[in-house]
Amino acid sequence: MSRPVLLLVLLCGVLIVALAAGAALGEVPLSAAQYLEALRHPASAPGEIVWSIRAPRTVAAGLVGAALGLSGAVLQGLLRNPLADPAVLGVSALSGLGASLVIALGFAVLPGAVETAALAGALAAGGLIAALAARFREPETLILFGVSLSALGGAATSLVFNLSPSPIAAAEVLSWLLGSAANRDWTDIGWAVPPMVAGVALSAYSARGLRMLTLGDEAAAVSGLPMARLRAAAVAGAALLTGAATAMAGIVGFVGLAAPHLVRAGARDDPGLTLLPSALAGAVLVIGADLASRLIPTDVELKLGVVTALFGAPLFGLIAWRAARSWRA
Amino acid sequence: MSALLTMTGASVRLGGALVLDGVNLLAEPGELVGVVGPNGAGKTTLLRAALGLQRLAAGAVKLGGRDPRTTPPAELARRVAYLPQARRLAWNVPAWRAAALGAPNAPQAKARQIALDALTAVGLAPLAERGVLDMSGGERARVLLARLFASGAPLILADEPTAGLDPDAQLLTLELLRARARAGGAVVVTLHDLGLAARACDRVVVLHKGGIAAEGSPRDALSPSVLAEVFGLDGVVLDTPSGPVLAAGRMAS
Repeated sequence: MSRPVLLLVLLCGVLIVALAAGAALGEVPLSAAQYLEALRHPASAPGEIVWSIRAPRTVAAGLVGAALGLSGAVLQGLLRNPLADPAVLGVSALSGLGASLVIALGFAVLPGAVETAALAGALAAGGLIAALAARFREPETLILFGVSLSALGGAATSLVFNLSPSPIAAAEVLSWLLGSAANRDWTDIGWAVPPMVAGVALSAYSARGLRMLTLGDEAAAVSGLPMARLRAAAVAGAALLTGAATAMAGIVGFVGLAAPHLVRAGARDDPGLTLLPSALAGAVLVIGADLASRLIPTDVELKLGVVTALFGAPLFGLIAWRAARSWRA
Repeated sequence: MSALLTMTGASVRLGGALVLDGVNLLAEPGELVGVVGPNGAGKTTLLRAALGLQRLAAGAVKLGGRDPRTTPPAELARRVAYLPQARRLAWNVPAWRAAALGAPNAPQAKARQIALDALTAVGLAPLAERGVLDMSGGERARVLLARLFASGAPLILADEPTAGLDPDAQLLTLELLRARARAGGAVVVTLHDLGLAARACDRVVVLHKGGIAAEGSPRDALSPSVLAEVFGLDGVVLDTPSGPVLAAGRMAS
């Protein structure tokens, strides 16, 4: 079995274990008999806990992680930079801004309003970056634009706090921004799936372009591939994935950055072969973080974004430490 | 035989300045053409214009009889392969994977075989699985040549293919490119090393301030007067049993 295939098999195995653990474990401990009952009678009380609370929450966390991991891998390939992630291009920031505005203005009660606003923000950022990507080919230029967009989105979100009419609204915005997969039901997941599927399709289409960019922009430009189209697909795909993930669970940092790094060596560094494993690794990471947020005994449940950053940052430091030896100019 | 590349009166403006000024250039099957000139003479712009990456202010470019700017990407890649000056590889992919980027539209198994054949041609078959960033600069340069060869395009444009290589690797690079030309392709390289150009190229084009200052066999193109005017060198190309050799020094001022 080749290394990339082995990696996929391994990740699928870990993901299945994570999904099972996510559906089974939670704040309320269940006995073996209760698990059996949940399996036999989904409508029973333990069945409700497993199938209507823990399972959708776990699937939501997995989808968010997969979307962010894939988005990160696409952006790292596109920008030829191992430091790229959905936050770098301002996609997360504008997505967060869209949702913050809706919450602060009191429209959060409308079903789907926050989700739609988050997705719209991500797509606005994605559209802007795609337009710039068509004009400027250098990754550095895109990163600079992305950083400015990110700063603008962050400042506008702070402005929302600043001008927020009530502290309650501000607290709601903050709570949303910290990210969570709690209380997500199958309907929420249904909303997120179409943009995610579109994002996955666009990312898969862009894979050969990302691989070609290994050679640099000039060489890729006359490589025989329709690079302008592939580049636009990569940006649009990453924006849809990030937007859908943010819409479902708020801002969950570090996954888009860390997931591709976890799998890159196993995929032999190939930007095309890194995509699927990054999605799987992202799913495992966020399911794990969600489980941790449920199981760590705190008075107030930890927020998903807090956990991913708390565990993700040291983990990422460790990866960077180990990778530093193999990074070359 | 028809030319693989024809530039007629090609002019390019960059930021208002005329960087290329009415250049005529032909590349025919079988020849290795060396484009030389001081920094800023327009060598890279010449190649980029030939590829359609640079819009022309005047004149025309034909690659295999067709304007590169209106040729679809896959069709363009069947006509020409390009090695740009910027050669930093972003990821540590296996050598065969990098070489296979020369044939992106081939089915995966076939692309791998094409890549392995190309690596064999540059003498790197044993390192096919090695990561490109784990290789020496010379080996990496050969992987990139293999990528050019894997494309199967008859015309190769290479911008400073010998930059940063040791003398042995420089000669090997030009020998491999020359073999490609001998096999019926045409190769246009830009070079800074005049000695290398004199020794390896069939034809030398001297670019100076965006125009062609001289053109012909290495001996004719790199005549003492051209060496003096364009490069400020006091030198001459000598015919020796091992080929043309440049003997030059700085002009006494």
